[in-house]
Amino acid sequence: MFGIRPRQKITQADWIGYMAQRAQRANNPAIQQFFSTPLPDPETPIAEVPMVSLDMETTGLDERRHAIVSIGLVPFTLNRIKLAERRYWVVKPSRPLDEASIAYHHITHSEIAQAPDLDEILDELLAQLAGRLVVVHFRNIERPFLNAAVKARRGEGVLFPMIDTMSLEARLHRQTLWARFRRWLGRPPVSIRLHTSRSRYNLPGYQGHHALVDALATAELLQAQIATHYRPETPLKDIWC
Amino acid sequence: MDVELLEIRQHMGRFPPFDGLSDDLLDAIAEQVEVSYYKTGSNILALNDTLNDLCYIRSGAVEVYRSQGELYNRLGEGDIFGHFSLLRNHKVRLPAKAIEDTLLYFIPNAVFQRLCEEDENFADFVELERPRLETAAEQQKKSNDMMVTRIRKLLTLYPVMVEATTSVQQAAQQMSKAQASALLVLKEGGDNPRFSFKDREGKTWQMCGILTDSDFRTRIVAEGLPPQTPVGDVVSSRLITIQSDASVYEAMLTMLRSNVHHLPVIYRQRPVGVVHLSDIIRYETHSGLYLVSNIFNQSSAQGLARLASDVRASFVRMVQEGANSQMVGSALSTIGRSFTRRLLELAEAELGPPPVPYCFMVNGSMARNEQSIVTDQDNALILSDDFNPEQHDDYFYALAKIVSDGLDACGYTYCKGDVMATNTQWRQPLSVWKRYFQDWMANPTPERLLHSSIFFDLDSCYGEDHFVETLQDLIAHTAPKSPLFLAAMARNALNRTPPLGFFRTFVMEQDGKQNNSINLKRRGTAPMVDLVRIHALACGSKAQNTVQRLNDIGKTQLLANGMSEKLSYAFEFLCMSRVRHQMIDIQEDRLPDNNIEPENVADSERHTLKDAFQVLSNAQKFLKFRYPMPAQRQGR
Repeated sequence: MFGIRPRQKITQADWIGYMAQRAQRANNPAIQQFFSTPLPDPETPIAEVPMVSLDMETTGLDERRHAIVSIGLVPFTLNRIKLAERRYWVVKPSRPLDEASIAYHHITHSEIAQAPDLDEILDELLAQLAGRLVVVHFRNIERPFLNAAVKARRGEGVLFPMIDTMSLEARLHRQTLWARFRRWLGRPPVSIRLHTSRSRYNLPGYQGHHALVDALATAELLQAQIATHYRPETPLKDIWC
Repeated sequence: MDVELLEIRQHMGRFPPFDGLSDDLLDAIAEQVEVSYYKTGSNILALNDTLNDLCYIRSGAVEVYRSQGELYNRLGEGDIFGHFSLLRNHKVRLPAKAIEDTLLYFIPNAVFQRLCEEDENFADFVELERPRLETAAEQQKKSNDMMVTRIRKLLTLYPVMVEATTSVQQAAQQMSKAQASALLVLKEGGDNPRFSFKDREGKTWQMCGILTDSDFRTRIVAEGLPPQTPVGDVVSSRLITIQSDASVYEAMLTMLRSNVHHLPVIYRQRPVGVVHLSDIIRYETHSGLYLVSNIFNQSSAQGLARLASDVRASFVRMVQEGANSQMVGSALSTIGRSFTRRLLELAEAELGPPPVPYCFMVNGSMARNEQSIVTDQDNALILSDDFNPEQHDDYFYALAKIVSDGLDACGYTYCKGDVMATNTQWRQPLSVWKRYFQDWMANPTPERLLHSSIFFDLDSCYGEDHFVETLQDLIAHTAPKSPLFLAAMARNALNRTPPLGFFRTFVMEQDGKQNNSINLKRRGTAPMVDLVRIHALACGSKAQNTVQRLNDIGKTQLLANGMSEKLSYAFEFLCMSRVRHQMIDIQEDRLPDNNIEPENVADSERHTLKDAFQVLSNAQKFLKFRYPMPAQRQGR
């Protein structure tokens, strides 16, 4: 449905060092504040890591051509997802909405007409993310879109470590010997989309494609993945990327 | 509001006790919920953990245990747990474990307390056992006031009404079209405030009379009036009416007193229908009273057997009118006793007067006045001590046979355990009966008492009442002093245990096994009756009815304070559930039985039933402890 072209792969072996470096060089106060809030040590057991599940709805899949229309987030730990602390914003995209994307995420022109620009909510968004490990399903949307949008508004981008529930699912279903054998047999790969992944853990079905619903769905999925395939003691560095 | 998108409110709103909450309260919950996932087999709450939230199952299944590890309950989607701890000291008393992959919503204590304060039904629901049973029982009691049937219940059609200027011909055509036997005549404006009312356009009308089929004959045709005569000219000015909330009985009296067959029924000066004498007769035919008098008018066993279907109709009517299980039980027992008595009268007419005096004794549910619509016969003959088997037994066997066969034909099937007067063993003189009872109480073993416990519910049905009273006195005197007997009875009373509750569409057993249906008599009412009988025997009560026995027990120190009321509520609820399900069986043209299927049990009934089972189960545990086998008491 949308053209995908190869993009620069963002990996960061030493996230702690990178964050410290950015904190020193940052000009924008909100960004400076974000990078100087310390993240948990890579050795921290996952059970002790404060996390925040983040989801964005966008007008397409390419951050250079498309824009963010809504952002939902829910702070959580391995123990509890705290809905009382949830946040949700609709923002005015810098590029026009097309009808296809309206059909997809149901955010309409009139809602967007009254919405603020991302810049107005950015300080608040960054404050919510600071010090928490961000959890997404498919980091190649949230990471480049947020980076590009912040860079366009504040002159410098934001990159930070994430836990990607989709890549955890891929590790289990796409990279094992069994998965390669299936591929060799010509079987279609196991779906690792959010809602099919959830059903493998007997999580209930939700109405998809709303940033807040998907953020909650992602947080629940991570809890289920850790409960099933990892342990509460598993160090953060084994899971983030 | 964004939280609506998460569908938490919609989900909770489908399940009790949340289904009765206001939207505001549901929003308040959804706003504050915390979520957590539990893998199959993982522990959710451990004993003595501190608990600060109410747990709600969004998906999956959870088992809750007692502190000793015994299964307490199995819960599914929409169920809650943890409320007992929140209402007490916030320490987990009943540990919980996920038995399927489970997603839980945690409702913070502050929200929980707010719900308890602001919503009475929610508070009732989460309070343990007693209040819920009490409320359920009281609601049933309240609806009994409806037993006095209002005349409006008999109305099926709206009255045919015409203006006074209408011609008699047009009026007759309207009556034929509506298949009515009477019409009401109205005129605009009005001088009589008793019958004046305003229609939707604000016009005032007054009912000025009624014209019946027979009026057409006597007032119009016989008088030779032309078809164009306005109805206003022929209508009788004498107008006898009844208010819609008057009882059927009052309506009948009014008709008799005024010698009319039609009564306009009035609600706030406005006619709402016309009731005819035949409506009342049709209605009364189904009443228990009419049935009993009809039983005594039958001159043959075949005639009695034909009344069997009336018994069902009268049962259905009683339940629909809101009778409680005590009323239904005693009405059905009265009907059963009437059949028995009439059969005995017919038998005596056929066989001649009895050679020696006798008493026809009934046992089991009929003796307790707790008969249900599904029942067999349990009876016996107590003969005078002048009885001589060679001379007299042929007569009494023949008598017993007529009654027993007759009852079977009327729907009271033969007793599978052969507790019937046709059995020689149960057709004996009073002295032998005394010996039976003395022997059962002096030399009891659980095995011997298994088949004789039914005789400890005993009442006279016909003949020499004092024979049965002698036996009742003997039991009340001896039983309290016979610990071995009580212990043996108690042992037997524990043979049938209640299930734990319901899980999805299954009945769940104490050991966690799941069944598709439950026999509510075998697993609920009968064990309760057994249990109460033992306490009643222990305190020397001569009552036979379970609720009366509980009243007697309540006056002693046998049970903890308030326990007999609690048992009473639980018993009433179990009986009523059985009665309701039997009524559904009859209405859906199935043979009524004692089974209920979980899918036919409403959510609220399900929770109350579970509470009732719990009360019964706890009472059974106490029974074991209260009436120990003497061997155990010596500590061997």
